[in-house]
Amino acid sequence: MKKTLTGIAAALLASCVLVSAASAETVRWARSTDALTLDPHSQNQGPTHNFNHHIYETLLDRDLTGALQPRLATDWYIKEDDDTVWVFELRQGVKFHGGEDFTAEDVVFSLDRARSEGSNMRQLHGDIVEVRAVDDHTVEIQMAGPSPLYPNNVTNTFIMDKGWSEANDVVDVQDFGAGEDNYAVRNTNGTGPYVLVERDPDVRSVLRHFEDHWDETPEVTEIIYLPIADAATRVAALLSGEVDIVQDVPVQDIERLAGTDGIKIETGPENRTIYFGYRFGDLREGTSISGTDGANPFDDVRVLEAMNLAVDREAIRQVVMRGQSIPTCVNMPPFVSGWTPELDACPAPDLERARELMAEAGYADGFSVTLDTPNDRYINDEAIAQAVVGMLGQIGIDVTLASRPVAQHSPIILNSDTDFYLLGWGVPTFDSAYNFNGLVHTKNDSGLGTYNIGLYSNPDVDAKIVSLGTMTDLEARDAVIAEIWEQVQADHVFLSIHNQVLAYAMRDNITLPVHPENQPLMTSVTFE
Amino acid sequence: MLAFIIRRLGQSALVMLAVALISFLMFRYVGDPVASLVSQEATMADQALLRERLGLNDPFYVQFFRFIGNALQGQFGISYRLQQPVAELIMSRLPATIELAFVSATLALTVGLVLGVFTALRPKNWSTGVIMTASLVGVSLPTFLIGIGLIYVFAVELKWLPSFGRGQVVDLGWWRTGFLTESGLRSIILPAITLSLFQMTLIMRLVRAEMLEVLRQDYIKFARARGLSKRAINFGHALKNTLVPVITITGLQLGSVIAFAIITETVFQWPGVGSLFVNSVAVVDVPVMAAYLMFVAFIFVVINLIVDILYFIVDPRLRVAGGR
Repeated sequence: MKKTLTGIAAALLASCVLVSAASAETVRWARSTDALTLDPHSQNQGPTHNFNHHIYETLLDRDLTGALQPRLATDWYIKEDDDTVWVFELRQGVKFHGGEDFTAEDVVFSLDRARSEGSNMRQLHGDIVEVRAVDDHTVEIQMAGPSPLYPNNVTNTFIMDKGWSEANDVVDVQDFGAGEDNYAVRNTNGTGPYVLVERDPDVRSVLRHFEDHWDETPEVTEIIYLPIADAATRVAALLSGEVDIVQDVPVQDIERLAGTDGIKIETGPENRTIYFGYRFGDLREGTSISGTDGANPFDDVRVLEAMNLAVDREAIRQVVMRGQSIPTCVNMPPFVSGWTPELDACPAPDLERARELMAEAGYADGFSVTLDTPNDRYINDEAIAQAVVGMLGQIGIDVTLASRPVAQHSPIILNSDTDFYLLGWGVPTFDSAYNFNGLVHTKNDSGLGTYNIGLYSNPDVDAKIVSLGTMTDLEARDAVIAEIWEQVQADHVFLSIHNQVLAYAMRDNITLPVHPENQPLMTSVTFE
Repeated sequence: MLAFIIRRLGQSALVMLAVALISFLMFRYVGDPVASLVSQEATMADQALLRERLGLNDPFYVQFFRFIGNALQGQFGISYRLQQPVAELIMSRLPATIELAFVSATLALTVGLVLGVFTALRPKNWSTGVIMTASLVGVSLPTFLIGIGLIYVFAVELKWLPSFGRGQVVDLGWWRTGFLTESGLRSIILPAITLSLFQMTLIMRLVRAEMLEVLRQDYIKFARARGLSKRAINFGHALKNTLVPVITITGLQLGSVIAFAIITETVFQWPGVGSLFVNSVAVVDVPVMAAYLMFVAFIFVVINLIVDILYFIVDPRLRVAGGR
């Protein structure tokens, strides 16, 4: 009994010390979800990467404009005499939190782990044949063929210490079949600017600045990370002064928070486009399309053009998104290579012309279709779909809305069991080829066209998409990208609506700029 | 007695099995766990591989019996979402839920009893009218609204109490308690009130109704005729006889307070099993959902079993039926 009491007293004392050690450089950072795991390669998910970026580091990462910048690698280039090999020169004098030196061996180990079977990062490294250490601070990556854009794929692949991983038996990523959890799920040893001090999943995590970090000391030396799932509670915690930064601000609260004394809002475009897609080709079994005598109206480009003219994106921006979106007519955000203002520009909504086009296509009386939308995945996803239902009703298209949580929406989408759907698409590599591979190329077993839900297929376009993968002449490559987009836009493959906008709310003596991938680093925080 | 308990235990096991079966049937309609596990880069082949590794391709009954077999050995698998053993996750979240349930049940019972007795003894007093009307609000307002309202008043406007979380907790090794720190105690106030409001009004109305009933009984009249003091009649005789059904209801309600604190836990970001369940449903984390539902069934089965045994001890008629 006495022992317990002493224990309690000690714990109380420790907690008091903890509180008093907190100074002005502590930042309390709240967002909607916690990192799922601390294992750097087991989940490929935004909030998980965001948190782990503070503890672990990547070879390269992205600055606020989305451009690649050096992190653990100081230089990277294609090997002079072999265009299938990427060379990364590593930063010297970097230490892991455990005191180990960072060397090429660690990079080889980490990339091998990231592309192993249990890893969720493996798709990004699928073209690697071999990773080898040339010397202590140079790594060569042998690709299957020329891969000019491979460095875009390493911005979320974290580097672990080889010795630590072997000592703690975490060479492999978590196996769900195993009876126990992997040591790396809850323990870390990275080279990042912060060391994990305390972690209580879904409750709070404390990170403190790593004294031996290679970079300058950031203004924030302690981070208290607080996941708060309920949006209203999250905002209330900021208003009551219990947190300093709220990362996921509900759009309906932005205006009110901006008008509150002592609180400011930072907004910026997110790397995610919201769009509608159609199912092309013969009507599927169990189709929801009716009133067309068995024809698929979406195979007629006039119908697609009419729908494009019927949708008022500006109204969606103002009413549904409360001003927090950037309307677009192309399926990529502005940071992506291949984006042009011409592609982005939208025609003015024109209902008269849209009705004419419908009549020309033989659908003067319209037709019926079901629209599948998620209701918990994107900002106001269901409300956007509802707005579009009303707009399409004006040109005679009778749309029934089927709204589901994303866990149920995804299987429907991936099996192409839909005629008309809403989806959002982010471009982690910041390159158009990523969109083409995922959304435009004919769906096949080798991993192309996985999200080509509508089964769009154009052999000519497919050939061009495949050629992009190995083109090393970037100018010629850009020309091919432009050609593909031209075809995609002419075929109206997507009904793009807008790019999402990110909003962070914070105390007004703090500045945290918006990161396009929604992965802000607390090292970028400045105090006034 | 022994035969009775054994039969009841057998029935309890059947109930647990039925719950497991029904929840497994439902999981097929919740969505695809693989969809929330993989990133948008994953190919169809990768997804098929993951589905195979998770054993999701097996027929329904194989998955079900595998789950039962593992559960009997105390194995509930690894959470898809958090990649930690499910049993450990639930055990680590349980103290928060139980502490919250304990405080709110105590609050509901005390306040409910006092107000119930008061309104029964003074049916014509003006304050009875006020309390009865206010109690209607407690029954009819949804929990999340009460929670948000309390947060707004006491956290945002007055800044007296924290709006979320559990405060500083003290680890006793096998139990992490928030009762030993000031921030922990302050944190529990709002969620406990939110969670208790419904039970409180329920108990109050039950006590009042029972008490009014009892006060009309002949033995109360005789007690009055004997000239016993008001206090002895009201609290010695009337209240005692009111308590039997109240205790039954409270016991069963305690089960539902533990099991269904989900909404309160979500609104206040209370780190209990309820919020764990909600987070798991969103991504179809089948191992956690299955274990949680089994856990809830277990709580109800245990409470019912205890209640049944108590009845058996209290009521001689059951004993006769059992001996037959």
